[in-house]
Amino acid sequence: MSDLSEIETPSRLRRMLDSDLFYAFRRSPVAMVSTLVALLLILSAVFAPLVATTNPFDPASLNLMNGFTPPMEPNAFTGESFLLGTDDQGRDVYSTILYGMRISLFVGVTAVLFAMVLGIVLGLLAGYVGGWTDTIIMRAADVQLTFPSILVAMLIFGIAKGITPIEYRDQMAIWVLILAIGLSDWVQFARVVRGATMVEKGKDYVAAAHLIGRPSLSIMLRHILPNVLSPVLVIATISLALAIIAEATLSFLGVGAPPTQPSLGTLIRIGQQFLFSGEWWILFFPACTLLVLALSVNLLGDWLRDALNPRLK
Amino acid sequence: MTEAILSIRNVTVEIPTRHGIFKPVKNVSYDIKPGEIRGVVGESGAGKSMTGNAVIGLLDDPAYISEGEIWLKGRRIDNLPAEEKRRIRGKEISMIFQDPLTSLNPLFTVGEQLVETIQLHLNLGASEAKARAIALLDAVAIPNPEERFNQYPHQFSGGMRQRVVIALALCSEPSVIVADEPTTALDVSIQAQVLDLIKSLARERSIGVILVTHDMGVIADTTEQVTVMYAGEVVEMGTTDQVLGAPQHPYTQSLIAAVPRPHKKRHRFPQVSYGGRETVFKIDDLARNWPQSEPSKSGKMLEVKGLTKRFVEKSSIIPSRTTYFTAVDNVSFDIRDGEVFGIVGESGSGKSTVARMIATLHKTDGGQILFDGEDVTAMDAQQLAGYRKQIQMIFQDPFSSLNPRMKVGDIVAEPLIHHKILPKGQTDARVRELLDKVGLARGADQKYPHEFSGGQRQRISIARAIATQPRFLICDEPTSALDVSIQAQILNILKDLQEYLGLTMLFISHDLPVVRQMCDRVAVMKSGQLIEVNDAETLFEAPEHPYTAELLTLMPHLAQLDEA
Amino acid sequence: MLTFILRRIGQSALVLLIVGLVAFAMFRFVGDPVDNMLGQERTLEDVERLKEQLGLDRPFPVQYFKFLEEAVQGNFGVSYRQGREVSEILLERAPATLELAAVSAIFAILLGIALGVYTAIRRDGFIANFIMSTSLIGVSLPTFLIGILLIYLFSVELNWLPSFGRGDVVDLGGWTTGLLTASGLKSLVLPSITLGLYQMTLIMRLVRSEMLEVLRQDYIRFARARGLSDRVIHFRHALKNTMVPVVTIIGLQLGAIIAFAIITETVFQWPGMGLLFINAIQFVDIPVMAAYLMLISVMFVGINLLVDILYAFIDPRLRVAGK
Repeated sequence: MSDLSEIETPSRLRRMLDSDLFYAFRRSPVAMVSTLVALLLILSAVFAPLVATTNPFDPASLNLMNGFTPPMEPNAFTGESFLLGTDDQGRDVYSTILYGMRISLFVGVTAVLFAMVLGIVLGLLAGYVGGWTDTIIMRAADVQLTFPSILVAMLIFGIAKGITPIEYRDQMAIWVLILAIGLSDWVQFARVVRGATMVEKGKDYVAAAHLIGRPSLSIMLRHILPNVLSPVLVIATISLALAIIAEATLSFLGVGAPPTQPSLGTLIRIGQQFLFSGEWWILFFPACTLLVLALSVNLLGDWLRDALNPRLK
Repeated sequence: MTEAILSIRNVTVEIPTRHGIFKPVKNVSYDIKPGEIRGVVGESGAGKSMTGNAVIGLLDDPAYISEGEIWLKGRRIDNLPAEEKRRIRGKEISMIFQDPLTSLNPLFTVGEQLVETIQLHLNLGASEAKARAIALLDAVAIPNPEERFNQYPHQFSGGMRQRVVIALALCSEPSVIVADEPTTALDVSIQAQVLDLIKSLARERSIGVILVTHDMGVIADTTEQVTVMYAGEVVEMGTTDQVLGAPQHPYTQSLIAAVPRPHKKRHRFPQVSYGGRETVFKIDDLARNWPQSEPSKSGKMLEVKGLTKRFVEKSSIIPSRTTYFTAVDNVSFDIRDGEVFGIVGESGSGKSTVARMIATLHKTDGGQILFDGEDVTAMDAQQLAGYRKQIQMIFQDPFSSLNPRMKVGDIVAEPLIHHKILPKGQTDARVRELLDKVGLARGADQKYPHEFSGGQRQRISIARAIATQPRFLICDEPTSALDVSIQAQILNILKDLQEYLGLTMLFISHDLPVVRQMCDRVAVMKSGQLIEVNDAETLFEAPEHPYTAELLTLMPHLAQLDEA
Repeated sequence: MLTFILRRIGQSALVLLIVGLVAFAMFRFVGDPVDNMLGQERTLEDVERLKEQLGLDRPFPVQYFKFLEEAVQGNFGVSYRQGREVSEILLERAPATLELAAVSAIFAILLGIALGVYTAIRRDGFIANFIMSTSLIGVSLPTFLIGILLIYLFSVELNWLPSFGRGDVVDLGGWTTGLLTASGLKSLVLPSITLGLYQMTLIMRLVRSEMLEVLRQDYIRFARARGLSDRVIHFRHALKNTMVPVVTIIGLQLGAIIAFAIITETVFQWPGMGLLFINAIQFVDIPVMAAYLMLISVMFVGINLLVDILYAFIDPRLRVAGK
């Protein structure tokens, strides 16, 4: 047993590059392009202060004279030119989009993470413990599922608005939004995790762990959880697209991100006022960004679902 | 000599895959004559089902016939356009699938499905079609066919459903039926009835049957001709008596040698050495370091008294309205030190439930389980931990008994770490040693379960089970998911464990020949109750209970094999 | 069967009780109702009188029961913002939303099922792939953007259809309908496409994936082995089995249509309940929010109950098991 060193143990990276999933990824141009686009958008949102030409929320950098400048044309008064034009207050649309996307993505990602953790915990408990725990959790899920998530989100937003004192409302708005979207979305995760947990629970490796004497918590976390994660990944991706859209919708309706912290939805709400008077760019570019962002995430989720579903192969 | 109705000539099937073209069927030829049953036998992946699918024109994308011809009654059918092929399906060639539970559409009555098929192939009016459907149900021996005609598939039992499937296959008097493992999903008693039905139908109606199976017993009892396949190729072909009695090809020889004999006990199973690399189980090394197990006080390691388990059938908020199903009903037996105790029974007899209760995986609803005199059902957490260290279990399905997301090394290490058997730092070395002893190549500990075959996975399970050096091993159908050659290897390992390490074993199985080869004493269970307990040889030679006797008559005879 | 339906009705009642509790809790704890009703100029006596009048001094369960009693009679109090009876406002607004939702639902269900079946059967066809790719854009496009896009194209640029409002309506004994006038019908086109498009896409994708799943089943293989033609397999066997899970989801989608009407109504300034609700949220007009919630839950629960009963009729396993 002295020559153990000669055994070739493939590294984690090697394994990943060898996996069927990665193979399928390299063979799918749609998956690669959508990943690339999504990454590009996410990175430019994260590094918005570096990529943007101005900070649109710094009043010092604004010049009302620059208002309504069409894209790529010099402003009639100041002669300044903007890539994607400016809005009514003279803010550079390109920069507002980057900062807006930052808010949209932050809300979307955090809300999905929140929903995911909540859903996984409740789903695991319901599926593993069963009995009354299961009945209570799943009944709650059923009741909530009867109500479309956007309505649940609005309701939570409305209630939160009623509870928080007016002076904190703007500050709290983003967090309320995350809570509203996250709480309206956990059911998906919980149902899938519960179903998968019940399947895994019946498998003999769980019985084997039981027999060894492992405590329930460690069986749930170490044995079952890793085996129920791939459907969670798919749902998380699709939920991210849905959360971004939900955030935009709520903000568009005026029950989301406040004007002081405009997200893509808020920008579209602002832009809509000027669409019919000819200043199309104020609406058009944020809308396009939103579409491309949601589409690339959706494409990725769609591809991931097919790639991870062994029966489709 | 009658003419062959179906002739498969040099057929090769190709599947393009990521790693190049895969040929699951290579240059296969065989004929079927009217009224003849041809068995096609081989282990999983031998290409036997794929050939059947090719015959009926239902190869799944992207598989296709790349070479060869298929002739039906003097007409070449493999190159016909899809629409023509469809006309032949169900009319000239019918098919019976393995699982009767999924073969019928749950949303249509049995009658609707029969009538639709009859009207498709024969030009009959509604009432004539219905009359024929009822006659067919009658022909496959379904009682009350008029009443059954209007029922849905879920109202039929498994065996009855398979009869309906056969009736559907007979709708338009086909000349050939492809039966793909038609009885694998059924219990032995039902299996025998369905095979008899197929036999008599083939004879009476002059239907040629291709019977695809992995089960040598089915081949021996049902077929006249047999084709043996290995890795996509036909290795041997002839009359059943000839092939089973005097196999020519080394693969057939090794395959037949590995089949457990129902009528005499052998010390070990002959190992199959064809094709695969011989893997050795290093029992001597293991025995050297194995602690001498202390004999239990009474000489009985395990005593089960009045064990009962009920499952909720239909729950209700009102406790008195909840109905229960008694899976295990007042079962008592004991297992002596160092013996292999078998429990046999059909599915649903409660044998696995007994094993799981002993393993503390199910709670009991009554009775005692005494391990070395201590009642397991009354133990506290600390005592249970001590008990669990001394018992281990090998499960039926090697694909579900290992966590697919854990490395094999971590799987085997888990009991060592949990019971704190070794000081930190020595675990890895012990795990590698254990894996080496059960015959796995070096580096196995760094791989994931899916990189191993079924037999290798079962070896990993064994390594995990013996890691804590237990005294008592529960084997729940440990080989029923394995091919017969792999089964022989695993059973030999279990025999070694018992013989050299003095392990006491509870061996659960539905396979009577295997039980005869493995066990010292045997209990028979039926619908939750223990029917008979006796020494294995006595039980097999002179059963006391009529049910046991009936089970024994259902065993495949395999008389031809013993001539070898 | 009967026990099944009875149990379903029981569950629905429970759901309504829970929703009622949420609505009541909102009413009672979000903001101070007394504050909201009396405004700035008030005396301590006013407060006491109103508290007694509203029953706020009684124990919680009693108040809840009182609330339910009132709710069943359609009495939700007075809107903080408009000062009118909430039930009156809602009733006035309901026809607009229901007509819009019904037209959208029919559009979404019919087209969704047809396209779903088509794309499942012609799985690798060019048109099917094109529809599938387009549908992803549909799913990624928020409803409000679709609305804005349609308005820009058909109202602003082409000037074919109106961009807001219901057009002329006819009053049929308290129910105002836009379905009987040309301008009413014209006004309905853009909002119902906007509202139905997203649901249509979802239904289509669901039908497609369920149908593909069914087509992989053993009984479909066996049906092929019996020589049944593709048409019989697809439209007799597979479609019926596909509809079992699809019916449930479509029931949920109908609920979603009523909820998503909020967005469409905002974009098209459609005078329905959704627009009312969104304004109520912005002004924290709790009675309107609570009433809308209760009303819409009754609708959802009713739809789901119907769907469950329908489900039992499609699936014989349920029908027999419940006997």
